Amino acid sequence: MIISQQKPLPEILKSLEGEQRIFLVGCKGCAEACHTGGEAQVLEMKGKLEEEGKTIVGYSVVDFLCDKALVKFRLKVREEEIIDADSLLVMTCGLGVQATSKVVDKVTHPACDTINLGGARGEWRGEERCLECGECLLDYTGGICPLTACTKSLINGPCGGAKNGKCEFEPETRDCGWHLIYERLKKLNHLDKMKTILSPKDYSKMRPPPQLRSTIMWALEQVEKETTVK
Amino acid sequence: MNITELAKNGKFVVTAEVGPPKGVDIKEMLDDAELMRGRVDAINVTDQQSSVMRLGSLAACRLLKDRGLEPVLQMTCRDRNRIALQSDLLSAYILGIENVLCLTGDFVALGDHPQAKSVFDLDSVSLLYAARELEQGRDLAGNELTGTPRFCLGAVVTPGADPLEPQLIKMEKKVKAGAQFFQTQAVYEPGKFEEFMKAVAYLNVPVFVGIVLLKSAGMARFMNANVAGVHVPDNLIKEMEQAENRGQKSIEIAARLIKEMKPLCQGVHIMAIGWEKRVPEVLDATGL
Repeated sequence: MIISQQKPLPEILKSLEGEQRIFLVGCKGCAEACHTGGEAQVLEMKGKLEEEGKTIVGYSVVDFLCDKALVKFRLKVREEEIIDADSLLVMTCGLGVQATSKVVDKVTHPACDTINLGGARGEWRGEERCLECGECLLDYTGGICPLTACTKSLINGPCGGAKNGKCEFEPETRDCGWHLIYERLKKLNHLDKMKTILSPKDYSKMRPPPQLRSTIMWALEQVEKETTVK
Repeated sequence: MNITELAKNGKFVVTAEVGPPKGVDIKEMLDDAELMRGRVDAINVTDQQSSVMRLGSLAACRLLKDRGLEPVLQMTCRDRNRIALQSDLLSAYILGIENVLCLTGDFVALGDHPQAKSVFDLDSVSLLYAARELEQGRDLAGNELTGTPRFCLGAVVTPGADPLEPQLIKMEKKVKAGAQFFQTQAVYEPGKFEEFMKAVAYLNVPVFVGIVLLKSAGMARFMNANVAGVHVPDNLIKEMEQAENRGQKSIEIAARLIKEMKPLCQGVHIMAIGWEKRVPEVLDATGL
């Protein structure tokens, strides 16, 4: 289980600036359980954005947004609406946003921050990684996480160490994360995002919140038991 | 005088670098620096270059300063978090060190302590920003300082990067964050460098072209295969290969490159990498 919380609406609106037609993507997995990206929250978001004057061209709630094959399969049937949209607002954890970005050639915006669980991670076998930093930056980086894709976790662009798109550390196997981000933003015609100077990260947001500390496994097991019994 | 002032006054700025020793025997480093006295405007002191643990740059800078030489403190983000970096910036100022070159730093796994935890709490852009904030009398958390430091802030760029655009975007961010001069990665292709200088002319910031002395054809091939953004063209490799006296040829090539690129930029930064003793000869051959 990966815990997420919705970003404040003003931050979401800022990321959607200049875009009118939005397609919403929700997740029936962890995000539904966290009440951040299930169908109910997607509909709620639809209402809020419409109030702000946005046009919601469609929405889809996928079983597990971290499963790229499933995301592709589910979004394929919504292709026309997605092509019609300026961007996608993805209401789930950092993995789900990255997985969606991998399979859709559209600008994606994260609607949530992923909260650190202090070690207990979701079972995700894809190549995307989420640091659960509590301050999702995927909006600025084309849906590719600079904290996990870049060896040095740089947030303001590449260092001088990449050659032929590969990282100086393990050049045989490791792509330069910033090369991937650059190529992606270029493809989306959004290189302006790369010009934003990001302030140093607030690492205090990476500490697990008090209610999740030490009792987390117990708490989750309790919740699961209760749900099963009902 | 700080090096940006020199560039503003129209002086073609010459910088070189020394590397602090692994240990406390500083004689060789000081001897190398001594050879550059009167020949260069400032001497960069590297910061745990290649992620190899050595004597600190700050202490070495002060040693140069005590001897009347102008140091450029290199600071990387690899080994210190924002508390330590800001503190060291204050320390540098109080020790009389004005020129600071802000870099990301190599990854730890490439050095001699691959087990170390890499930090990168800040990056080169936010380190520049932090220094600017200190100059405004506050730290990164917005707390007020008692007494404010002044710096001359530099940064690096790789003119030969492919693709170049990400480097240009980051260079612009560095200027916005506070960079007042740039020292570049090694350049061996004046044509490409000219293109680069055209592309960054709008930033209106002094650029000191990087020159790494070629020691052999093998070194050139190694750099081509392994060093990002550095390309030694075949004709230079052939020249090195056929040279009877490699040291002489190395100086000749460096001088030729500097002469060709001098009209394009505001200074030169010579990285001798072990051949520091040859720096004065390069400058003689260049007429600088």
